Amino acid sequence: MTVDDTTNPQHGVVGERRGTVLLDARGITKRFGEILANDTVSLTLRAGEIHALLGENGAGKSTLVKILYGALDPNAGDLVWQGQTVTIASPAEARALGIGMVFQHFSLFEALTVAENIALALPPGQSFRALSERIRQVSRDYGLTLDPSAIVADLSVGVRQRIEIVRCLLQEPKLIIMDEPTSVLTPQEADQLFVTLERLALEGCAILYISHRLEEVQRICHHATIMRHGKVVMECDPTKETAGSLARLMVGSAVHDLKRGVVPREGDVRLALKDLSAEAEGPFSVAIENIDLDVRAGEVVAIAGIAGNGQSELFELVSGERLSSSADAVTIGAVPMGRAGITKRRRAGAAFVPEERLGHGAVPGLKLSENLLLTRHSTGDGLVQGGFLKRDRAGALEQRIKTNFDVRMSHDDPEARALSGGNLQKFVIGRELDRQPDVLVVNQPTWGVDAGAAALIRQELIDLSRNGAAVLVISQDLDEIFEIADRIAVISRGKLSDAIPAQKLTRERVGLLMAGLDEDSGGAGDAA
Amino acid sequence: MRLELEKRPERSTLMALLSPVIAIALTLVTGAVLFAALGQNPAVALYMFFIDPLTASWSLQELVVKATPLILIGVGLAVCFLSNTWNIGAEGQFTAGALAGSMLPILLPGFESFLTLPLMLLMGIAGGMLWGGIPAFLKVRFGTNEILTSLMLVYISQLLLDWLVRGPWRDPEGFNFPESRVFSDAATLPALADGRMHVGAIFAVIAVLALSVVLLKTLKGFEIRVLGQAPRAGRFAGFSRNKIIVFAFLLSGGLAGLAGISEVSGSVNQLTPVISPGYGFTAIIVAFLGRLNPIGIFFSGFLLALSYLGGEAAQVTLGISDKTTRVFQGLLLFYVLACDTLILYRIRFTRPGVSAKGA
Amino acid sequence: MGAFESILLTVITAATPLLLAAIGELVVERSGVLNLGVEGMMIVGAVMGFAGAQATGSPYLGAVFALLSGMGMALLFGFLTLHLVANQVATGLALTLLGLGLSGMIGEAFVGQPGIRLTGIEIPVLSDLPLVGRLLFGQDVLVYLSLALVAGVSYVLFRTRAGLIIRAVGDNHASAHALGVSVLKVRYLAVLFGGACAGLAGGYLSLVYTPQWVEGMTAGRGWIALALVVFATWRPLRVLAGAYLFGAVGILQFHAQAHGVAIPSQFMSALPYVATIAVLVIISRNRILTRVNTPACLGRPFVPDR
Repeated sequence: MTVDDTTNPQHGVVGERRGTVLLDARGITKRFGEILANDTVSLTLRAGEIHALLGENGAGKSTLVKILYGALDPNAGDLVWQGQTVTIASPAEARALGIGMVFQHFSLFEALTVAENIALALPPGQSFRALSERIRQVSRDYGLTLDPSAIVADLSVGVRQRIEIVRCLLQEPKLIIMDEPTSVLTPQEADQLFVTLERLALEGCAILYISHRLEEVQRICHHATIMRHGKVVMECDPTKETAGSLARLMVGSAVHDLKRGVVPREGDVRLALKDLSAEAEGPFSVAIENIDLDVRAGEVVAIAGIAGNGQSELFELVSGERLSSSADAVTIGAVPMGRAGITKRRRAGAAFVPEERLGHGAVPGLKLSENLLLTRHSTGDGLVQGGFLKRDRAGALEQRIKTNFDVRMSHDDPEARALSGGNLQKFVIGRELDRQPDVLVVNQPTWGVDAGAAALIRQELIDLSRNGAAVLVISQDLDEIFEIADRIAVISRGKLSDAIPAQKLTRERVGLLMAGLDEDSGGAGDAA
Repeated sequence: MRLELEKRPERSTLMALLSPVIAIALTLVTGAVLFAALGQNPAVALYMFFIDPLTASWSLQELVVKATPLILIGVGLAVCFLSNTWNIGAEGQFTAGALAGSMLPILLPGFESFLTLPLMLLMGIAGGMLWGGIPAFLKVRFGTNEILTSLMLVYISQLLLDWLVRGPWRDPEGFNFPESRVFSDAATLPALADGRMHVGAIFAVIAVLALSVVLLKTLKGFEIRVLGQAPRAGRFAGFSRNKIIVFAFLLSGGLAGLAGISEVSGSVNQLTPVISPGYGFTAIIVAFLGRLNPIGIFFSGFLLALSYLGGEAAQVTLGISDKTTRVFQGLLLFYVLACDTLILYRIRFTRPGVSAKGA
Repeated sequence: MGAFESILLTVITAATPLLLAAIGELVVERSGVLNLGVEGMMIVGAVMGFAGAQATGSPYLGAVFALLSGMGMALLFGFLTLHLVANQVATGLALTLLGLGLSGMIGEAFVGQPGIRLTGIEIPVLSDLPLVGRLLFGQDVLVYLSLALVAGVSYVLFRTRAGLIIRAVGDNHASAHALGVSVLKVRYLAVLFGGACAGLAGGYLSLVYTPQWVEGMTAGRGWIALALVVFATWRPLRVLAGAYLFGAVGILQFHAQAHGVAIPSQFMSALPYVATIAVLVIISRNRILTRVNTPACLGRPFVPDR
């Protein structure tokens, strides 16, 4: 059978790409102010082909995709769809042509039902009952189980992605664009997705697959276009490359290797969580149940998990943004701190970096020197005296962090919102590392940060621990976790598994734990 | 032609300074058009409205008298708005302050000592704080929308005043007019110079200076700005949103109460059914026109006070309705808000279809 | 006419302006826009309704004037908050202050003039039925219109695609934009609808409730309408119930006085405002209820990044 040949890229022939040309983007250029997000980018997509679009954050992938989907106007360049030059002025026009998209950050409406969400993306004139029937049928055909009358707010991330995909499929698209579809899935959920994608390709659908995960690109994609700094740097057959060579093409220089160093033997417990529980604060929040964890001086402990399983709730309880019901639930140093506010915990030597940079870790409209005060106004740095701000000292400190952590800015002391994601993250983490804390708790340390900055941040976290601090990292990125963690625990539905030495764990095991499916541990979180 | 906004990477300092100026200019232009439509010579009308009141000593004093409550209330509201707390009931807190402070001279007219005035002022402040404390408490305790509750309390305070001056507090020797008894000298704020200007003006200056320092130089001011701009970051910094809501309401309520008792004791000298031409609402405009900066509010307070005087002057000399004053005030706030867009955005006009290709 | 029947008739008259303004604001807020300028749009509607009726001699044309002037005010609000992304709370306040000023200026000539009343319709036989005749079949057109609007808004919001789009825009404007919905267009239309309703509500005051022009005659009804929307947790039928409840509270003072209840009139006048606060407190105590129902994008500005 030839079916295997088309579905399995291993058997593909280099240079000879199969399928007729569906979409030809020629010389696409898009400028945002002074930044050239897309610089004469060209891309050819063929029917039946899973085409990877690779690149770091900020390489211009999202911009290109938005142009293809009609959500952005290009400044120059042509789009040729099935041999005809077209202007795609809106997503509606893109859908009319046969282009569908599954967004990275879901474009769903939380307060509406599954069927209502899907109806919004389809042309009008269909009865609701007929639509619900079609939804059931498509979800049966592709193994994507959905209840049309469920409210989206109540559904898990994996199910939400299914809605996006079913919504896309109901439009019977010729091209499906998928933006980082696996970033929120467990490895097992991702496997299911790959089966669906291969089946779609087999049916002649073109798929543009955006990712920075090289492993999965090599596994399912037939062709790859690699972007860097807004330009196409290379086209290739990903199966003929090594992960290392692909990574070098993406980053533009050799990938950074982290220096792990040695964990000091049996450091003191610096951060202890004991039977930490909290109720869900609202309909969109997760309850935390009986969490136990010790983090010792000298080690990095990572908490893996899929977004929305209680990470931000746990972070708030550990940081003191939210108080626990008992003082013993959180111990910092040797002092019970469960009932103490965040400022007291900071004074006890702890430091915290939240997931959201803008709006949580930093105030967008305040200058960096003022944002410095956010976490250090009462930590004995002399930035505030007798209730008065010492702006010159804050300025000097801002300069120090800027130099030590390579924070790049167009002019001195800008507002936080003017920094790029990576530079702001370096600042926000640098602000805490500069204190040389005894305990550091970081939520998603390199989310949306370019590879260079991510490597720098990860190295800093390891170095901090080796100098005697206890470091707790909450992350969704398994690559990151295996790079830096000495022990790994997994959070699922508000429960935390035991922390297990990283060498004893495989990705598959962590994946099962993330999905809450592991039998070995004797029930996640119930170890106490 | 289509109007599009392009976000600036940072706030434009230039536009932050220019925006009120542009807004005032636009208001004047609109005013000129309005006067022309009413059959007046726009130049003469604008002169009468905005310049003439500045040419006489008595009207300059009157300007200070009117600017005093506007500035006192305006700086308090600035603290509210900066912390993203929407107190729009300053008019009610003004009235409550006037009522509380007037209790002494009305109920105990015989109590005349050097303590009378300070006590009245303190009671006025307390009355304003009490009235401002209600929406703050409801917001913090139950999450009740403070915009609506603070506004409802305006109507309630005005009805309370109306009842008091027509009922229990009516002057027994007042021929049944709805007025309280006239305050004794010991209960009257001393005049400054020899006219209508009173000591309240000094309170306003002190409030401006004190709040300038607090907002720009202290951790409290930092806390107010952080919680106003990014509540989540404020919590991360260890600041309490609830505490700042209470703080802002008590401060602005207290200042409005002080303005109320100062106005009654220094200017009107008795309670009447209406004691304010809408100072509490006009002060909202004062606060925004002054860019929520106490020094800016000092100047915008005088401008809005001028609009009251100008309205009276234009009515007397030109027969233009003094209701135009409030139209001007409303327009001014509109233009200020529109111009503030320029601080964070550039405005571009594009023709649809052309932007897609070319360049 | 029995006492009970006459009370019910006045309740309807007092409830209708609240209902009109609130049902309009409900649609505005469902689309994610908070227009606090209801009071301003209403009072301009009141004065323009009066003026229109005087100029044309027809109270019906007066009502049209009221409606259009409310839309004009709403357009101003829409331009500032939607096109210029000005702060919605502040702009709504500005709209109220401007409306109070404008209406005072326009209405100065009308103070003390007798107005033209928009009377109830007369249906032969039906209107003369005992007990229910006047109540059900003798009301003015605007009463029936307000009830039809509740039914219409309820149907459109929850049974049609247009309503789905309005709710979607209020829930997540970025996603709606990504799906190709013109967020600004939907919001403009919603804001204009809200303005039309508020204008009409004002017109009802100067054409039916008390057919004359009195400065500040809306007396906070625009704000009470805003509170009603919160009280109703953004549901049309609950707005109906709330408006009639508040209508009843509002006319209590007249009937209390008529029956010689010895409470100062100011206390009775304050009742609707006290009741508003009480009702807001009661509804906000149930935080989950309000949080789930509040349109997620309410008051948040939207700038398309095109």
